[in-house]
Amino acid sequence: MAARISYAQVAPGTELPARGFPVTRATLVRYAGASGDFNPIHWNERFAREVGLPDVIAHGMFTMAEAVRVVTDWAGDPGAVLEYGVRFTKPVVVPDDETGALIEVSGKVAAKLDDEARTVRVDLTAASAGQKVLGMARAVVRLA
Amino acid sequence: MALDQSFVGRSYPPTRPYEVGREKIREFAEAIGDAHPAYTDPEAAKQLGHPDVIAPPTFVFAITYRAAFEVVSDPELGLDYSRVVHGDQRFVYSRPVRAGDRLSVTSHIDAVKSLAGNDIVDVRGEVRDESGEHVVTAYTKLVARAAGEE
Repeated sequence: MAARISYAQVAPGTELPARGFPVTRATLVRYAGASGDFNPIHWNERFAREVGLPDVIAHGMFTMAEAVRVVTDWAGDPGAVLEYGVRFTKPVVVPDDETGALIEVSGKVAAKLDDEARTVRVDLTAASAGQKVLGMARAVVRLA
Repeated sequence: MALDQSFVGRSYPPTRPYEVGREKIREFAEAIGDAHPAYTDPEAAKQLGHPDVIAPPTFVFAITYRAAFEVVSDPELGLDYSRVVHGDQRFVYSRPVRAGDRLSVTSHIDAVKSLAGNDIVDVRGEVRDESGEHVVTAYTKLVARAAGEE
């Protein structure tokens, strides 16, 4: 298990290890089943194009789930996340091939919020195919 | 079509409890490719101070979204669900969701707006466990895009 990061170790500007999360059509089918979100824009190319999308797109909630892994892996305890919010700005387009798409996530400590509660705010960026896919992606996490 | 403003401030009765199972959490964690042991190994979760395996932060959306959908699909609200996209999502946690929880959602409509032809509804879902303790609040912004906009 990842060692827990202590509050004293971080400062505004501290960067979290960046990660890339691959997503293929198979990933989306699996996520649809696990989450119960069977909207066909996430698995049916014909339907996605009919509603004006360039291709099948990832569930926004899948992207949201991946982005926060940068925070939970860094903090060590996923239960230490106290707040997490995003704006869905652009879809992650997932082509029907072996590689699919890549969601690239980075994060940095934006502020130390409370010395007693040992909470920090982390600002995240998430991009796919050179496009920012999440806006205002922020998490508040309690450190050790 | 203008949305019915009288929906602002409405609250809905708590949903029938959803029982969070260990295997459902495992399935969700595998679907997002996250091998953190706190999601699958009760001992690892206990070492972090949790009584049982915990769910990834966004897991609870499957429960709150179902409740939000019930609320916004009321035809009297006037939201064209075929044009709805998920605008924003935010969670505020009192504690992580964990296996064994029986969770109930109370939904509230916080805002109903029309901006630049887009219809926007903010739904807040308060999630509580069987003892009534607050677990997490989900803030969901749904946007019905203006007709004809690409």
